[in-house]
Amino acid sequence: MGASSWWLDVLPLSLLAGVIGLDVVSFPQAMISRPIVAATLGGALVGAPLAGLVCGAALECVALEALPVGASRYPEWGSASVVAGAVAATGATAGAMPLAGAFAVAVALGIATAWIGGLSMITHRQIIASFARPRLDQLAAGNRKTVVGLQVFGMTLDLVRAALLGALCFVPGYLLAERVNGRWSVPEDLSRAIVVTCVAAVAAASVWKDFHTIRGTRRLFLISLAVGTLMVVLGA
Amino acid sequence: MHSDTGSMPAVPGLASAPQMRAKLRLSIYLRCLAIQGSWNYEILVGNGVGFCVEPALRELPGGVDGQPYREALARQSVYFNAHPYLAPLAIGALARAEVEQVAPQRIERFRTALCGPLGSVGDRLVWAAWLPACSLVALLLFGLGASALAVVLGFLMLYNLGHLGLRDWALRAGWRHGIHVATALGHPVLQHGPRYIGLVSAVLGGLALPLAVHRAIGGTAPLTPIPMGVAVVTPLLAVLLVRRQAHAEGWRVVLVLLVAFVLYSVVR
Repeated sequence: MGASSWWLDVLPLSLLAGVIGLDVVSFPQAMISRPIVAATLGGALVGAPLAGLVCGAALECVALEALPVGASRYPEWGSASVVAGAVAATGATAGAMPLAGAFAVAVALGIATAWIGGLSMITHRQIIASFARPRLDQLAAGNRKTVVGLQVFGMTLDLVRAALLGALCFVPGYLLAERVNGRWSVPEDLSRAIVVTCVAAVAAASVWKDFHTIRGTRRLFLISLAVGTLMVVLGA
Repeated sequence: MHSDTGSMPAVPGLASAPQMRAKLRLSIYLRCLAIQGSWNYEILVGNGVGFCVEPALRELPGGVDGQPYREALARQSVYFNAHPYLAPLAIGALARAEVEQVAPQRIERFRTALCGPLGSVGDRLVWAAWLPACSLVALLLFGLGASALAVVLGFLMLYNLGHLGLRDWALRAGWRHGIHVATALGHPVLQHGPRYIGLVSAVLGGLALPLAVHRAIGGTAPLTPIPMGVAVVTPLLAVLLVRRQAHAEGWRVVLVLLVAFVLYSVVR
């Protein structure tokens, strides 16, 4: 992403955030809103897909913890990951890993944006309910236009919500990442290791917790963890 | 509608299931992808069900201007709750019941009875099993060094094979079984799928995490201080998160740690 032309990316990024935010709940829930997809797309849009992918993998580890089960309130990872992927690309080139400062900022920003996004989804649902309330008589009369109109209204509002969230979080996020990159003092490899340790611990805890009710899963997890570690050592 | 539920137990009325025109099925199927478009805290996915069933209701006597159409659409647009991927099971069944002009009271009772099971079965199968399993496959691909395109396409193709296939099966089975659709919930995949996917996920998780972590930290030699430090600290932090799960969610802890780390690195 060019330092002088970053603002040109705001509009396409917010549109991408809108479309991907729509996928979270409204349409079509094909999981293009998962962090590993959305952040990669965000990074690719600003010219650094690998930086987006690395950031997406980190956020995917965190997202494993907050599954949208039942009526639980959960972070909105879609538009947040687009923003994070694009911010992770700050200062990075097409085939390069993200810079340490931008990576740390992007992961933190992604989590914070997902949290804000989750709150915005609650407001979105409240707005739909208040829009529907005066129309309940028309629904009870089987009015086709009301049924279709309510559906279209909800989806349009969701698209706008996610696009606005994307734009509002990307601009300060990019400016922050640029400043942080310039002042970053911890060595690159150590910095990345610290960020990755944090998110990987969340992922490991999630796998441990999610499947503990199924007999034998913990033993399988520990054995395959040992095999995976061995693959890393032997593959080096 | 094609017969695709051969493994299902025999149910009265199955043999007489009418064909659903391909155009109608496609129309309902596409609408099902937007079933949660107007999700809200008052009628939940109720309006979405009305929206999805609506193309079938046009076949009622009098078409869209007829009283049966309006009454049926009103019945279908009230409160409803279901997992979005399994909601087509209800939609297919409700569409058939309405087209066959089953007694309204019976449709309403049937509709109410479907809410709970469709939510819990779908949550267990999709959100708690299939989605994390596919996420772990994506992390494994990432850890194995796959390109950005390969990771994204691999994840999306695998996930949506299950997602779109489940919606398609649900719509067909709903229409085929009609108001006897509860039988379809006994399908082995719905009953035992979460357990088997959970076992596979445990293996995927174990393999994916070390490989993904290694790539994300830059792929440096594993027997050097930084990767070995990661290998020691990550499980310790994970154990701490598991033990403190009632007090602090992992994402909040990570957010606090990362903000503190950024401040430290910038200010020092």
